Amino acid sequence: MNAFEVLRFAARGLAANKMRSALTTLGILIGVAAVILLVAVGEGASREIQSNIQRLGANSLTVSSTTAGGGGGGGGFARLLGGGGGGPQQGSGPRTQAKDLTVDDARALADKSATPSVKSVSPIVNANNQTTTYEGASHSIQQLVGTYPSYFEASNKPVVKGTYFYNDDVLAARKVIVIGQTVAENLFGDLDPIGKQINVSGVPFTVVGVLKESGSTGFQDGDDVAIAPLPAVQQSLTGFGPLGQILVQATGADTVDAAQSEITAVLDQRHGITGTATADYRILNQATLQETVSAATGVFTMLLAAVAGISLLVGGIGITNIMLVTVTERTREIGIRKAIGAPKGAILGQFLAEATMLSLVGGLLGVLVAVIGAQFTIAGVSPVVVPSSVALALGVSVAIGLFFGSYPANRAAKLRPIEALRFE
Amino acid sequence: MTPLVLDLQDIRKVYGEGETAVHALRGVSLAVEPGDYVAIMGASGSGKSTLMNIIGCLDVPSSGSYRLDGTDVGVLDDVRLAIVRNRKIGFVFQSFNLIPRMSALMNVELPLAYGGIKAAERRRRALAALERVGLADRVHHQPNELSGGQQQRVAIARSLVNAPTLLLADEPTGALDSTSTRDVLAIFDQLSLTGRTIVVITHESDVAAHAKRVVRLMDGQIVEDVRRSDVAGPPPRLEEVAG
Repeated sequence: MNAFEVLRFAARGLAANKMRSALTTLGILIGVAAVILLVAVGEGASREIQSNIQRLGANSLTVSSTTAGGGGGGGGFARLLGGGGGGPQQGSGPRTQAKDLTVDDARALADKSATPSVKSVSPIVNANNQTTTYEGASHSIQQLVGTYPSYFEASNKPVVKGTYFYNDDVLAARKVIVIGQTVAENLFGDLDPIGKQINVSGVPFTVVGVLKESGSTGFQDGDDVAIAPLPAVQQSLTGFGPLGQILVQATGADTVDAAQSEITAVLDQRHGITGTATADYRILNQATLQETVSAATGVFTMLLAAVAGISLLVGGIGITNIMLVTVTERTREIGIRKAIGAPKGAILGQFLAEATMLSLVGGLLGVLVAVIGAQFTIAGVSPVVVPSSVALALGVSVAIGLFFGSYPANRAAKLRPIEALRFE
Repeated sequence: MTPLVLDLQDIRKVYGEGETAVHALRGVSLAVEPGDYVAIMGASGSGKSTLMNIIGCLDVPSSGSYRLDGTDVGVLDDVRLAIVRNRKIGFVFQSFNLIPRMSALMNVELPLAYGGIKAAERRRRALAALERVGLADRVHHQPNELSGGQQQRVAIARSLVNAPTLLLADEPTGALDSTSTRDVLAIFDQLSLTGRTIVVITHESDVAAHAKRVVRLMDGQIVEDVRRSDVAGPPPRLEEVAG
């Protein structure tokens, strides 16, 4: 009685009850397909988020002010004294309260001697939801950014049509603007926007370039943006208030962390933050963000896999159930086989092989279904099949066949022939 | 000297315990020589089924010793018992007990498969056994496509295919019509003529009349043991059936 014989008997046993075998297989199929597909969806979502983060700019750090911060310690007391002043304070003197980010901060960060790891610094002011018109067409620009030319590179926003604006434009506070795809479409349609003049909240700006399409990130349309020189925006739209953020680009991927500590040192000094005080600014590191998001999506993927794993378990119990029915139903046959000299091992092997075949076939079909299903977009995510999840799901499905099949198979093997033969 | 095929010494079998204990066998001793054709008769409840199960190594006696072809069966474990059933005993049951959805050929091949015989050799021997019971033209039929008599002949082929020491038949004609009964008994006579040792359990005297020796069982004891023809000679009814 070799292994091939055992498999042949098992296949024969399964073929005898095609419907039942097919339904049991379906249970495992769904389980395996769910595991692979849900892990693939999780992986797809994770990659999508990662690429969105990368799209924000490579090796870049975003410094933004926090209202929660403060001088700390004596700062609280000092604030009582000097609090009436309000507004941004610049220059030297005792730091008495949370400071906003200023262009001077940005200049200090650009100082090569203090921050050797920094490649470029772009101060940013934001003017959001600006109503813009062009010859009767109107559009509200979601995000209008006033900044320096280095912003384009640091934030990974290349221009596809026309040009960037230059340092000269910034120095002269020229009202030139680079617009995103959505803005271009809404205002100009099929027209070429380069050289045209648009009105942003009543202030005329000349379009010099159009950004490359970047796609939407979640709820935000990444193309509903416009970028203009910092002083131009401050003069005409936001006033000369504090900066929204400062975008800092590090010299390379491996110097991002060094750049962050350099920035911290410079800003701590400028804002008078000492050891115990809470900083009045926050540095958003793309790498850190990426790690955090990876961890979050990892948990999310695990959760999906766990839910799918439960359905695989249910499929496994289905196998036990059906094998128990089969053993009971074929008690007499088992008796006959034993009477004519079938050893325990052969009976055990036959039923184990049947259970494993069910789960293996179910597993293979499940992989097939999952791979086909992964070609479609599910819930806005294009799934990415993870090879290890395929191997794991298949392995688990075979293990399930062996595990959940062993109880019924053992019962079959332990049947006493005389009782089995008497069974009707 | 060749050992006795069956050597039962004071076999007892008790089901249950205490006051509710049922004594199915109360000390049966039986010796069967090679080539003999023994009919064990008895009414229902006489203990003949229990005796058949013990002889067939499907059950173990409560006490007493049982040697099959010189081997003490009482000391064997499950695995060895399976081998003994496979090699030394050929079963023929009242209800045929063929495995459904398997062709006649595969049913006959089954004991050889469990015995570890190679596929080609298995096929050759199974076909020869089916030929011997006159079913060479039905090898690929499944049990439900065969008549009762044909099924029983497949079962006989299956019992013979491993060339067992003992052919053990339990009411082999109990579920057959008279024509099929005659066919089956004729096969037994032929087998006996070629020197096969046969033990038939039956309650029909017609069947017992074919045996060389008739053992009558009552209340778990042998009450009569009659030899009707010589162990080495032909079975008594051979000529009649042939004619």
